[in-house]
Amino acid sequence: MDFSLLFNHFWEFTITGLAFGAIYALIALGYTLVYGVLRLINFAHSEVFMWGGFAAVWVLLAFGASQASGLGIVGLLVVAFATAMAASALVALGLEFVAYRPLRKRNSPPLIALISAIGASYTLSETMGLRDKPFKLLGIDNKMVDYVGRPREASPFGLNIETKRLFHVFDYQVSNKDLIVLGSAIVMMILLDQFMQRSRLGRGIRAVAQDPESAAMMGVNRDRVIRLTFVIGGAMAGAAAVMYLLKVEQIRYNSGFLLGVKAFTAAVLGGIGNLRGALLGGFILGVAENYGQAIFGGQWKDVVAFTLLVVILLFRPTGLLGESLGKARA
Amino acid sequence: MNAVSSFFHGIGDRFRGLPRWARIVLMVAAVVFVYFLPILNPPLITTTDSDFGAVLFTCAMYALVAIGLNIVIGYAGLLDLGYIGFFAIGAYTVGVLGSQHAKLPLLLCIPAAMVVTLISGVILGAPTLRVRGDYLAIVTLGFGEIVRLILINAGGLTNGNRGISNIPTPPGVDLFEIPKIRWEGLTAFVDLDNTTTFLKFGVTDSVPYYWLALTLVGVVLFLDWRMQNSRVGRAWEATREDEDAAELMGVPTFRFKLLAFATGAAIGGLSGALFATKQQFINPDNFTILYSVLFVAMVVVGGQGNRWGVILAAALLTWAPEKFRFLSDARFLLFGLALMALAIFRPQGLLPPRRSVRASKADAETEVLEEGVARA
Repeated sequence: MDFSLLFNHFWEFTITGLAFGAIYALIALGYTLVYGVLRLINFAHSEVFMWGGFAAVWVLLAFGASQASGLGIVGLLVVAFATAMAASALVALGLEFVAYRPLRKRNSPPLIALISAIGASYTLSETMGLRDKPFKLLGIDNKMVDYVGRPREASPFGLNIETKRLFHVFDYQVSNKDLIVLGSAIVMMILLDQFMQRSRLGRGIRAVAQDPESAAMMGVNRDRVIRLTFVIGGAMAGAAAVMYLLKVEQIRYNSGFLLGVKAFTAAVLGGIGNLRGALLGGFILGVAENYGQAIFGGQWKDVVAFTLLVVILLFRPTGLLGESLGKARA
Repeated sequence: MNAVSSFFHGIGDRFRGLPRWARIVLMVAAVVFVYFLPILNPPLITTTDSDFGAVLFTCAMYALVAIGLNIVIGYAGLLDLGYIGFFAIGAYTVGVLGSQHAKLPLLLCIPAAMVVTLISGVILGAPTLRVRGDYLAIVTLGFGEIVRLILINAGGLTNGNRGISNIPTPPGVDLFEIPKIRWEGLTAFVDLDNTTTFLKFGVTDSVPYYWLALTLVGVVLFLDWRMQNSRVGRAWEATREDEDAAELMGVPTFRFKLLAFATGAAIGGLSGALFATKQQFINPDNFTILYSVLFVAMVVVGGQGNRWGVILAAALLTWAPEKFRFLSDARFLLFGLALMALAIFRPQGLLPPRRSVRASKADAETEVLEEGVARA
């Protein structure tokens, strides 16, 4: 135990924790939305995140991003965000169509849906891990080697953004990456929050979460609402993937797993099914595990995160902000 | 797919219809056949790319895991995604007491492993079993990961990433050699060069370990059967079907859930201990969270609540990847696809328990009576 490290670098740990917390929070949104509407732990959501990350890596490769500079970098970053969000949304939609819809039609018990989700999770991550195989069969794997070569290794981000220290917050110099991650995350969260509160579609989602039968009687199309929640959750995971790439600079076919568990922890921490809870949970988890890392050492980081979850569940089983997507008004 | 179930249940009904002596003869024959599997090396079943005895040992060990987890998931209806944690604790108890910090004989280590996992099951269960089912899944998932991280980081106790070696083997006696059988096409040869020494727990020969594991499976199965048919088993079933109703009927549901959790944990610890003594070397990489998922898949694939189903599934899910080694690259992909297909087309598992088959049949009949044939 070493508290001096934490006290001497308090703001550094806080701000990097907030940046990672933003990533957790955005992924947690996907879990919490789907749970709110379907009462289902979307175990494969972590792979949706991972696919978005790879989509961003590939599109940057296609644009030759490693030579970009100046304004080009800004443009490419926007392209990466858009691609990752679109790709993740598509994967999430496909996931819903293949793995969950057939079960819903049969009224399967939740445990079976979880098994299907675990199967989908394996399928998605292994497809990424074996992506060179179909190209080998076609004999064009040499041309595509940048994209599909060595599928089990980590793929680099491809966009060279220098870490620049911009301004001080007490003793910590905030970098441009911290700013991009936190800024874009907060913009996205506000947009989503307003969408859920003010738009017709958002109201539909909340209605289905609160009471699916009454919502159906009031003319809400449940299937469309479910598709929409998967698309929104997927898009948020895609954005989180680009932020993850900004911070970590590489992604692997199995990168999603640990992040997924952490993000789910964040969702439960804030109260699953509650959007603002997921955001709060993500930030708290990111900061708490950073503090834990400072106090106990880096290797205990994940232990701190899970222990926090158990403790919260013991003393406040519904999470910090309470459950229910419908009742908490967002 | 329904044909599979009716086929097996047909066999079950036939079996129950036989006279008592015939049932005993058949059962003894089946048991002898299963014990002699590694000697017989039956074609089609035997694995060519990996040692058949070792594959069978793993099947038996995972069958034990599946029986234990079946108590938690199948009987009590608690979704435990961190079962590998108990497995790891069992293995490491044997490692720490038998090799790393003391040199206790294995016959003391195995009960110790079961006691330690039992206690850890109570410690984890007491606070978490009060939360709702979905949360339990994620808390146990976290628990499994915490155990692995502690094994890595608590180097003083567990020797960290380097693992523990020289784990003691069971005491054995060298009595006689049993030659194995080699098949060429459909003709069998007695292979005198390839033998197994009866009850010599060595390094290369897995067959004695298989026999040990199989015997333990038999013992645990017997206890499992007695427990399910007792007041405890009925309490578990009531809790699983409707917790509030069970509580109203005077079943202390929390205590029975804790009992299921701890019993399952102890069986997980036992199989972990078996794993440790067979491998003689363990490190934290043996206990990743993927195994937890595999264990849950065994129970669900087999049909939650049916002990024969989960044993079948455990053996199948262990054996198939070894048999089809040439697909080794794609086996996790195939595993994922198979899980999805199973969930969609056969959600009740390969062998659902007879009682739940009867219940769903009765439900369907009621539906026909209430709604008319056209709806149903």
